[in-house]
Amino acid sequence: MPDVAPFRQYQLETAYDELLLSPNTPRPHYRLLAERLRELPPDELARRQQAADLAFLNQGITFTVYGRDEGTERIFPYDLLPRILTAKEWDTIERGLAQRVTALNLFLRDIYHEETILKAGIVPRELVYSCRHFSRQMRGVSVPRDRYISIVGTDLIRLPSGQFAVLEDNLRVPSGVSYMLANRLVMKRVFPQLFASYGVRSIDHYGQALLATLRSLAPQGRSDPTIVLLTPGVFNSAYYEHTFLARQMGVELVEGRDLIVHDNVVYMRTTAGLRRVDVIYRRVDDEFIDPLAFRHDSMLGVAGLLNAYRAGNVALANALGTGVADDKAIYAYVPAMIKFYLDQDPILPNVETFLLSDDRQRQHVLHNLDSLVVKAVGESGGYDMLIGPHSTLEQRAQFRDRIIANPRNYIAQPTLALSKAPCFIDGQLESRHVDLRPYILFGDQISIVPGGLTRVALRRGSLVVNSSQGGGSKDTWVLY
Amino acid sequence: MLSRVADSLYWIGRYLERTEHTARLLDVNLALMLDQTPAAAERRWERMQTYLAWQYDGLPQTYALVQALTFDVTNSGSLVSCIGAARENARQVREQISSEMWEQLNRVYLQVKRTTMEQLWHEPHEFLHNVLKEGIHLFQGITTATLSHGECWHWLRLGQFIERANATAILLDVHFAEPRGAADAQANYLDWVGLLKSCTAFEAYCNVYTADIRPERIAEFLLLNAESPRSVRFAADQIAVSIQAIAANTLGRRGDRVKRLAGRLQANLDYGQVDEIMADGLSGYLTSIQQQCQQIHTNVYQTFISYPVETALV
Repeated sequence: MPDVAPFRQYQLETAYDELLLSPNTPRPHYRLLAERLRELPPDELARRQQAADLAFLNQGITFTVYGRDEGTERIFPYDLLPRILTAKEWDTIERGLAQRVTALNLFLRDIYHEETILKAGIVPRELVYSCRHFSRQMRGVSVPRDRYISIVGTDLIRLPSGQFAVLEDNLRVPSGVSYMLANRLVMKRVFPQLFASYGVRSIDHYGQALLATLRSLAPQGRSDPTIVLLTPGVFNSAYYEHTFLARQMGVELVEGRDLIVHDNVVYMRTTAGLRRVDVIYRRVDDEFIDPLAFRHDSMLGVAGLLNAYRAGNVALANALGTGVADDKAIYAYVPAMIKFYLDQDPILPNVETFLLSDDRQRQHVLHNLDSLVVKAVGESGGYDMLIGPHSTLEQRAQFRDRIIANPRNYIAQPTLALSKAPCFIDGQLESRHVDLRPYILFGDQISIVPGGLTRVALRRGSLVVNSSQGGGSKDTWVLY
Repeated sequence: MLSRVADSLYWIGRYLERTEHTARLLDVNLALMLDQTPAAAERRWERMQTYLAWQYDGLPQTYALVQALTFDVTNSGSLVSCIGAARENARQVREQISSEMWEQLNRVYLQVKRTTMEQLWHEPHEFLHNVLKEGIHLFQGITTATLSHGECWHWLRLGQFIERANATAILLDVHFAEPRGAADAQANYLDWVGLLKSCTAFEAYCNVYTADIRPERIAEFLLLNAESPRSVRFAADQIAVSIQAIAANTLGRRGDRVKRLAGRLQANLDYGQVDEIMADGLSGYLTSIQQQCQQIHTNVYQTFISYPVETALV
């Protein structure tokens, strides 16, 4: 829709456009929004953006950027315009994620017990054992209800065809859910009429659903379990989220030094004496969680926690050792897992992935570094990553050396044109690349709140949506 | 409540009380020095250091001393250190206190960080009184109005009043030990008024005893008055109330010893007679009060916060 304010800058490109069907026509489910935007007085959008920013600042909804003095607190940039998904699109996402999480959970149980998938030669044994997050300590340990991954955040992208694909599984301590909830809260305040006229499915019950999921993991015989959220402390980048979730669920927010293990039972130190803890939603990484079992220099963990866990006296969400299944090299085998365990075809496809430990694939990648994306297998947050088309000669040479030095540590993927959505930037609407991270809970059964965090690469042309790399977010509407 | 949270709340109370106390001492004494000879001012600075249990290493010039007590981050007793410590403790328990409380504390902290020594030097009252004292009073008011008066509230109060009882006892002790010649009645008068003003108690004292300033009446007022929130007795009452409330949550007899210690201090002040205290030696009495505050502090920690695991397993 050229030449109509505020759409003058909005251009249709090769990537899938969430808003426009063709240069002059919005997609049906965006029509109402587009009309509303055209009717608004010119300054109105800017005014509402300011109101939204202020709401975030006043509520202290911030994250910490590492590497600056005293941990600088910043607000996570929020874009005013919603990202809208139809009921049909959501149905595919929901079924696809449930299928994928079920298979990944079975995979984790399998590799720490019978290893059928390794014996069948579907996933190479050395790939699993060479994974940094594979945890010997979990061999043969049975976890409550066989739930390894109770809280999952899966990153989806939309391909130029309009189909959703999985870019990454986050099976350790996925973050960002508080922004999903905060975005919705602010949205309802800023655009109440529009929101009401659209018929958007609610996400407000997330805190309750999370609590129910954690409760379902309680050790046997603990009918009224004590649940706590374990945080690394105020210096962690997601500390705000930890306090937010603890308050939403009405559970105690604890640090490692608040917990004590005695005779393989975990207690928290309260002013009224020691109180037994049954379920820990831990936001501390595996390696820091128990200095007796993992890193000895960790000040964040609880000495003896692993033994209490193995004795079945306490439940952890997520289980330990789950990082092996979100390793980016293992990722390439998830479709095969779905086939192997569930005998189904994947509903949500993977993105084509080159394994650099394979000689032929490595040669191909090294010759085409300028068109591919290279990622470290065990990293998250957009660190240690090369985006070929946006890279310099020097950066490519660096990555070439790193790949040759440690091929198992990297994978490569084609540079994908993530779909684009309208964003309010400098008083105009412009399109920016977006992804989608829905949050999956796996307790009694799998439940997914209809929505998720839509992350936006706010820099023009950028494909990196991570908050640590200049990304922002927007509210995600799933329609009835 | 988690012991770590209680610990943080307790220290928010103590650090804010300490900040206010130091700010008020500076404010009152800087004003009094305007009316005094340089020799008397030097003497006054020495006393200030004793009040605050602090020793200044450099040349005792007023500018340097004021700077050390306000913006010197290497001095753990400076205003900026104390308010910073209070804020750091609050940051760790942000989900336990009301957001209004956090915002106010943060605001005072940021104002202190923004102020320069030059600004303070030219308008000390503006900073010490308007920014700090009023900022902290507003925080106390917001706390009363927005926080549930449950365990959280009692930990804040416990810290605040232990700090107050202790600091007031020290203040009285140092002040009464000062040798005074009968000759200079004018200077003596200013000095005693200074003591009352250091406790924001001058007006309240006048209401009870008129402006007739007499040392033993001042001692009676600051020690034994039941109604002035600045008296040691009032602080002891509040300590006992808060400890009763906190101990009510614990099972069994774990809280008994702390309750007894707090009750003893309270009874001591409730039934004390100023003439007897003065006859037996005020200094000894005040030392005993400081020791009892220290005992209560130690026992509160042993009972509720850093208890050995074995004692808490039932």
